[in-house]
Amino acid sequence: METAGAIVILLGSLIFFLSSLGLIRMPDVYNRIQTGTKATTLGTMVTLMGIALYHPDWVPKLIILILFIVLTNPVSSHVVARAAHSSGAKMSERTIEDKLKQAGEE
Amino acid sequence: MADKILYLSVLITLLSVAITLVRFIKGPSVLDRIVAFDTASIIAISLIVVLSHMLKRFIYVDVALVYGLLSFIGVLVVARYYERGL
Repeated sequence: METAGAIVILLGSLIFFLSSLGLIRMPDVYNRIQTGTKATTLGTMVTLMGIALYHPDWVPKLIILILFIVLTNPVSSHVVARAAHSSGAKMSERTIEDKLKQAGEE
Repeated sequence: MADKILYLSVLITLLSVAITLVRFIKGPSVLDRIVAFDTASIIAISLIVVLSHMLKRFIYVDVALVYGLLSFIGVLVVARYYERGL
């Protein structure tokens, strides 16, 4: 059981590594918000499940922590994206259309 | 065996925090820095929980919960202030 928990924690840390790599490579604020928030939500869930395999008596508090991450992480990403759009952050050159701007003009 | 895999995963997580710090220093605008801070603090939450397993202290999970709450409020406040809505 301990080896299984360690392997699950290793999977979560690899997801964290991919997330931070995307934070370097993405061309744009909006794309960086996507890769910086969604992938870390998944990585935190997987890592805490690995800890739950080690200690079955810690499970209630770990479930509270996972629920907290799942509830608050999209909120902060939405607030940052809204601040970026309303302060006029530049999109990358490959972005095709901006529905929020079109909805404001109508 | 399990301890070696655990040390390796902690090393990879610390490396990803370091890569996030590169974006925090280099980022062209303020919003890039806010996103990098958000990512680093979420990675730090799970790092605190892994640390509480390695030190066998259950109380450190509460520290991770309070840290997550404070970093969430920090990101919210800075983003709203940048939007001039606060």
